[in-house]
Amino acid sequence: MRLINANKVSEIIKDALIKINYELDNSLVTMLKKAKDKERSTLSKSILDDILQNQEIAKSRKAPLCQDTGVAVIFVEHGLDVRIDGNLYEAINTGVRLAYDEGYLRKSVVKHPFNRENTKDNTPAIIHTKLVEGDKVTFKIASKGAGSENMSKVVMLTPADGIDGVKKLVLDTVFDAGGKPCPPIIVGIGIGGNFEKSAMLAKEAILRDLEDSSDDPLIRSLENELLAEINALGVGPMGVGGETTCLAVKINTFPMHIASLPVAINIQCHSARHLEVVL
Amino acid sequence: MINLTPPLNTADIKKLRAGDKVLITGTLFTARDQAHQRLVKEQNPAFSLDGAIIYYVGPTPARPGEIIGASGPTSSYRMDNLSVPLMERGVKMMIGKGDRSEAFQKAMIANNAVYMIATGGAGALLSSKIKSVKVIMYSDLGTEAVHALEVEAFPCFVAYDVHGNSIFKGGSIS
Ligand code: SF4
Repeated sequence: MRLINANKVSEIIKDALIKINYELDNSLVTMLKKAKDKERSTLSKSILDDILQNQEIAKSRKAPLCQDTGVAVIFVEHGLDVRIDGNLYEAINTGVRLAYDEGYLRKSVVKHPFNRENTKDNTPAIIHTKLVEGDKVTFKIASKGAGSENMSKVVMLTPADGIDGVKKLVLDTVFDAGGKPCPPIIVGIGIGGNFEKSAMLAKEAILRDLEDSSDDPLIRSLENELLAEINALGVGPMGVGGETTCLAVKINTFPMHIASLPVAINIQCHSARHLEVVL
Repeated sequence: MINLTPPLNTADIKKLRAGDKVLITGTLFTARDQAHQRLVKEQNPAFSLDGAIIYYVGPTPARPGEIIGASGPTSSYRMDNLSVPLMERGVKMMIGKGDRSEAFQKAMIANNAVYMIATGGAGALLSSKIKSVKVIMYSDLGTEAVHALEVEAFPCFVAYDVHGNSIFKGGSIS
């Protein structure tokens, strides 16, 4: 059986978290540039220009893009024919601790819902593990800020609500969120499973490649229609009105109970910080 | 483009219209969730609230040799209720991001104050406008402590003005 040293896990987690907090993905930058060209008002153009300048400054000065460097969210897809030599969860949390310390990132995790005492090292990370075929371990690593996370929701629709019900829910959610989640946003939607599964699907959806689309033709057209309809709302960059409210809609689905239509909407701000690393 | 230097007075505020771009030079006082909870109970804050500008931010730590890390705005709606007593005590301007409650907006107009937004997620850009930093209250709160920031040409936009106008197109309440 293939063995992976736990220190290696800590190292890739640390490096990935620092990198994503300093640098936006190229395809995202290209999308933001196109969005800026499309804007007609000087106000919305000026906001997108700030966002574009910001990522240049962050990259060149090795400085965090945003002061909310988020909670670390790690999806682990663990091959059945490989073993991590040590405690996977500890190895991940060590990587988080090192990244937030050495990368001068903000420690934004508190221990308790009410006394709000900071854990001071941004741990624990939120870790999801899945067993898969093969001898590789894939880590999907994200820093998720609260501004956009706080605008997310899970709603249990009924099967009769159908596509129209889902659309209305998504459009209402994005409109009500307004400028709070730092638009232009990416909208991750999980449809199906049950209560908690839909939320997981939505979170995984925002980690998808920015340029991909669903393999399911019906879902793909729903992604495209929702993207156009969200942008027609006119919320615009930071909520000030404009052509681009949303850069991409990603929908992941799963089978569900005959009586259920769970829908989760996870909002991702323009500072979409995530990276996939395979060991 | 309008240039402003605090402390601000009612005449400064009345001139502003939603959508105006403003460059601020002078002192901003930072306060977010926990600092607000304490500030509203404070008899003698370490800075004068009269004409003051409050900036909703919790910066990242400074690298050695730098004065502050990324310093962009946080969502303002969480401070809606706690902003009211501060405006009653003289705060004239708040800088954050996103829309706020109708109750906030009414209290803001009644107190001749103004709500501004800075570009969210532009923490690296905005921190380049900060020339000096001093923690003046609640150092135990770390990033949430009250910092006095000396800024030069700090860019922001009027979001709600005293004439009842709003910059926002979306949002649940505006
Ligand atoms: S929503 Fe995103 S870009 Fe906006 S402040 Fe939070 S983490 Fe930063």
